[in-house]
Amino acid sequence: MSTRLAKGGRLIDRAKPLNFTFNDKPLRGYAGDTLASALLGAGQVMLGRSFKYHRPRGLVASGVEEPNALVGLGRNARFEPDQRTTTTELFEGAETRSQNHWPSLDFDVGEINDKLYKFFPAGFYYKTFMFPRFAWKHLFEPIVRQSAGLGGVPREADVDRYEQAYAYTDVLVAGGGVAGLAAALREARTGKRVMVLEQTPHWGGRAPVDGGQIDGQAAADWISNAVQTLEGMDNVTLRTRTMLAGLHDHGYAIGYQSVGDATPGDGRPRHRLWRIRAGLTITATGAIERPLAFAGNDVPGVMLAGAVRDYIVNWGVSPGDRTVIVTNNDDAYRTALAVLDAGLTVAAVIDAREHASGPLAQKLRERGVRVLEGRGIAKVHGRKAVTGVAICAQAGEGGVVEQIACDCVAMSGGWSPVVHLWSHCGGKLTWDNTHAMFRPDPDRPPLGDAGQPLARAVGAANGLLTLPEIMAEADLPAVAEPEAPLAPVWVMPAGAKEALKFKSFLDYQNDVKVSDVQLAAREGYESVEHTKRYTTLGMATDQGKLSNINGLAVLSDALGQPIPATGTTTFRPPYTPISFGAIAAEARGEIFQPLRRTPMHAWHESHGVAWEPVGLWRRPYTYPRTGESHRTAVNREITNTRSNVGLLDASTLGKILVKGPDAGRFLDLMYTNMMSTLPVGKCRYGLMCNDNGFLMDDGVVVRLSEDSWLCHTTSGGADRIHGHMEDWLQCEWWDFKVYTANLTEQFAQVAVVGPKARLLLEKLGGMDVSAEALPFMTFAEGTLGGFDARVFRISFSGELSYEIAVPAAQGLAFWQALHDAGAEFGAMPYGTEALHVMRAEKGFIMIGDESDGTVIPQDLGLSWAISKKKADYIGKRAQERSHMTDPDRWQLVGLETLDGLVLPDGVYAVADGYNANGQRHTQGRVTSTYFSPTLGRGIAMGLVKHGPARMGEVLDFPADKGAVIKARIVDPVFYDKEGKKQNV
Amino acid sequence: MLTLQCPYCGARVEETELAPGGEAHLKRFGPGSSDADFESYMFARKNPKGVHFERWRHAYGCGKWFLAARCTATLEVFGTYPAQTTEPPADLIAKIKEKRPTWEGYK
Repeated sequence: MSTRLAKGGRLIDRAKPLNFTFNDKPLRGYAGDTLASALLGAGQVMLGRSFKYHRPRGLVASGVEEPNALVGLGRNARFEPDQRTTTTELFEGAETRSQNHWPSLDFDVGEINDKLYKFFPAGFYYKTFMFPRFAWKHLFEPIVRQSAGLGGVPREADVDRYEQAYAYTDVLVAGGGVAGLAAALREARTGKRVMVLEQTPHWGGRAPVDGGQIDGQAAADWISNAVQTLEGMDNVTLRTRTMLAGLHDHGYAIGYQSVGDATPGDGRPRHRLWRIRAGLTITATGAIERPLAFAGNDVPGVMLAGAVRDYIVNWGVSPGDRTVIVTNNDDAYRTALAVLDAGLTVAAVIDAREHASGPLAQKLRERGVRVLEGRGIAKVHGRKAVTGVAICAQAGEGGVVEQIACDCVAMSGGWSPVVHLWSHCGGKLTWDNTHAMFRPDPDRPPLGDAGQPLARAVGAANGLLTLPEIMAEADLPAVAEPEAPLAPVWVMPAGAKEALKFKSFLDYQNDVKVSDVQLAAREGYESVEHTKRYTTLGMATDQGKLSNINGLAVLSDALGQPIPATGTTTFRPPYTPISFGAIAAEARGEIFQPLRRTPMHAWHESHGVAWEPVGLWRRPYTYPRTGESHRTAVNREITNTRSNVGLLDASTLGKILVKGPDAGRFLDLMYTNMMSTLPVGKCRYGLMCNDNGFLMDDGVVVRLSEDSWLCHTTSGGADRIHGHMEDWLQCEWWDFKVYTANLTEQFAQVAVVGPKARLLLEKLGGMDVSAEALPFMTFAEGTLGGFDARVFRISFSGELSYEIAVPAAQGLAFWQALHDAGAEFGAMPYGTEALHVMRAEKGFIMIGDESDGTVIPQDLGLSWAISKKKADYIGKRAQERSHMTDPDRWQLVGLETLDGLVLPDGVYAVADGYNANGQRHTQGRVTSTYFSPTLGRGIAMGLVKHGPARMGEVLDFPADKGAVIKARIVDPVFYDKEGKKQNV
Repeated sequence: MLTLQCPYCGARVEETELAPGGEAHLKRFGPGSSDADFESYMFARKNPKGVHFERWRHAYGCGKWFLAARCTATLEVFGTYPAQTTEPPADLIAKIKEKRPTWEGYK
C-alpha cells in the first residue's frame, strides 16, 4: 500500500499540513503536494473507475499524461469535473470526488461490463445499436446517455473570474526544464526579449529527480543559478504554472496560466489566457514515458517508472513497499535506485532485453537486486491493488516461469518526445529507430510569415534523452550515467495469446486494449486516423499522450508495415484541456458583446421600456404602462400614432454620406434605381442588391446638395452596407472620385408621426414645415425649437410623418422637447413592434422578413424601383438569369385569414400532391404576420406562386396539431391604399 | 492567426483586425456577358494548395482593402499590395517564382 515516507520530498513543506477530502473522507497532505501525491501519500491507491469496463484504476503517471486519476473538484458554483489530480495543486479544504461509478467507488454496478468484455469490442456502438431502427431513440440512446461522459456536469454558473492578456516576445520558450532554461539563457544574452513558460510550479523539469551534473554543478544547483540569472535580466519574463497550450499561425501562441486555482475565492482570476505573438518558439517540452502493454497493466499500483521515482523524490510518497520494475531500457533502473534509497524494497527488475549490462544495471546488481533478463510480465495479480506479478519469457507466449509478490509495478517502455507544439502548426516528424520514437524533423519545421522556421525543438522534446546530449546542444558540459540502448517492446510477452491481450491496455481512460487495435486492423481499418476513431484510441482527455505510440506500433505490426508508414494522428491544440472560462474570459453576461445605445437610451429606460435587441443596439420594443401587456401597449401606441402623434427613436437607422463628383454615378451602380437624377432636396426610396442579384438592404436616399447624397440603411445594416460600398469603391471602381462616411452615430433621429405631427412641429417652430414648403418626399435643413435639424418628409407608417435628425449630442434634449410640446396633442413614444405593424398595414417590406437572401426585388412587387434605363447596377446581370425571370417565382401578396385570427409566422401554404419524401407540395409561405389594431383583425404578407394573379383565392396553411388555417390572397396594402394620409 | 502587413498604414496587423474577402483579381462580368463568364466570375473560385491571391480589408484599422499573396499550405506570405490594380506587382511575381519554381502563375 502507498504511504507517506518519514522523510524526503523536495517539493513539500512538512511544516504546512493541508486538510482535504476524498469522497467525503478527511485526508491530510502538505503544501507542495499535488492532489495525486496527497491522495497516494494518504494511502489511496484506487482513485476511480474506467469509462467502459468500470475497472478499478489508480495513478499511472505524475504529470499531464495521467489518464485515470481524474476527480470532481469543489462543490456547487465551484464544482468542476475531470480535474487531473497530477497537475492540480493541493490546497486547504479541497473537496475531491471519484468518478465513473455507481453507487460507490468500492462497489460499482457497472463493473459487470468488465466481465462482459468480449461483448464490448472495438466499434461496439456501431455494431450494436443499428437495429431495430426505432429502438435507438427509445431504448439505446437513453441508456447510452445515462452512462456516457466522465464526471458530472456543474449545475450552477461558475462564480470565478477569468481574464486574458496579450504579450509580444522575440523568443518564447515552452518548458522550464534544463533544456528550456539553457536555451533561454543563450537567447537572452543576445539581448532579445525572452519569455519562458513552465506548466508546473517548479523550474528544472525532470533533472532534479533524475540527477546528474551540469557545468560542474549538481543539476538542482545549476537550475537555481540559471533561474536566478534569468530573473536578473530585464529582457526576460519567467512564468510558472503557465502552459503553452497551442502554437498557431505566424507564431501566435496561447499560454494558459493557473492563477487562483489553489486559492478559490480570493478575488484573483482563476485562470489567465495569454495571447502571445512570438518571433521564435523554442519547444523544450520534454518527453513522456510510455507504458508497456502486458495483461493487467491497469491494476491500481502499476505505474510508470518515472512517476514512481517522482512520487518518492518530489513528494516523499512511496507508491508501494515492494516494487517490481519492468522495463525495456536503462532509465527505469534509476527508479530502482530511488526505491532503494528511500529504504523500500525492489523485488526484482524484469528487463525485456536479452542483456542488461549497462552501468545502471551493474550498480543495481551491486546493491543485491535481482535483474531478470529477457523476461516480461505475463499477468498482474490483484484487482483493486497489485498483489504480485507472473513472470514469463518476453520472447514467448506467456508461459509463467515465476511468481513475484509485490504491491507496486514500475514500468517503462521508453520515452516519447512531446512534439505537440512543433506539430500544431505544420512541423513534421521523423522516426528515430534507435530510440523507437517520433522526433521533430529539423529540416521541416513549422513556418512563419516570411517562410522562416517559427519553432525550434530542444532537449528531450528534440529527441535527446540523456543529460549530456541535452546540455551539449547548449554547449554546456554535463555528466550522467551512460545508458545502454533500449529494445522496442510493444506487446508483452511478444507472442501474447488473446486472453492476455484482452487485458493489455493501450488507452487507459477509454479502455482500448491491444486486442481492439488488432481487431480494427483485421476489419480493414488501415488509416491511423480511422483506427483512432473506430477504437477511440487516443480520444480520451489525455489525447493519447500516454500511449499513442504503443497503439501505432500495434497497428503497424498488425498491418505488417513499419511504424513510420503508419504515421501519427494529428496533434491538435490545446496541449491539455483548458477551461471554457479562460476562453470566454470577461466576455460573459452583460459584457458578452458591446451594447450600442442611442442618445435617448436612458430616457427609454426610465420610461418603462421593453427592449428589443437589434444588432448590437437596444431598441424600444414598446413602452408598457402599469397593468398593460406588451400586446395592449403596442395596440395603444399604434392607435395613438394613427389618431394623434407618435414619437419613434429612429437613431439606429444607418446614415451614410456619399459625396464627390462621381457620387451620383456610383449610387446608380449601388442602387437598383436611378439616384443621380434625384433633385437636390428630394428623397427617394432605394433598393440595394448584391452582385448575385438578391435584395440586401433598402432605405430612403436624400440628395443633400449637388455633390452629396445621404443614404439611409436598415438599423442592422449600416456597417455592412458601408463596408459593401467601400469594397466596390476601393476594389472595382477605384477611379471614381467618391468619399463615404458612416454618420450613423453622429445624428439622433426621431420620427414624428401622425395626423398632429405638423401641429407639434409648428409649435416648436423655427422653420416652415407646411405641405407647401416641405411636401412629401422632400428634405429641408433649419432649426426646430432651437435645435439644428435636418427634416425629411418620409413615412414608414402611412401617416403624415417627419423624420428629424439632430446632432447626437442634442438628441436627448430634442426628444424631451418633443414630448413636452406634444403633451397637448397626445404625443406618445412608440416602439419597434408598433413600427412593424404599421409598416405591414401599409404593405411595406422589411429586410429580413420579406427578404432572406433568396429574394429579389422583382419578387416583392418592387419592379417600379428597378431602373430599366441603366446599363448596369450591382445585381443586374444576375437578375437576367433564367431562374430570376421565371414567372413561377413566388410573389408578394397580402393574406387575410377567413376567421380574422393571426396566422403563425413562417407557415407554408400547401399545394396538391406530395413530394418524394411524402411531404405536401408547397406554393407559398408567410413572411410577416401581425394583429392590426387599426383593422381589428390579423393581417399577413407572404410569398405565393403566381400570387398577384390569384387575388381572392383561399389557401390552406397547416399549423400545429393538425390545424389547417385558411387565408385569402389580398392586396398587401391593407390601410389607406391611395396613400392620402402620408401625403398631406 | 495570421499577421499581414497593411500596405496603406504600414502596420503589421493581427488577423482579428482584418476581414477576409476571398479570391483576388476576379474580373467582374456585368450585363451583356455570357452565362459562362458570369458563372465563372460569380461562383468559380480557385482553391489551391500553394500560392493564392486573396482580398483582405483592414476593417478594424484604416478600413482599406488590400491584396495578399500567400501560400495556403505553409502560410508563408509573399507580399501585400494595394487593391487598386488588376494584376499583382511584377516584383512580387518574380519573388514568388523564385521561392516556388513550379508555380504556374496567378491566372
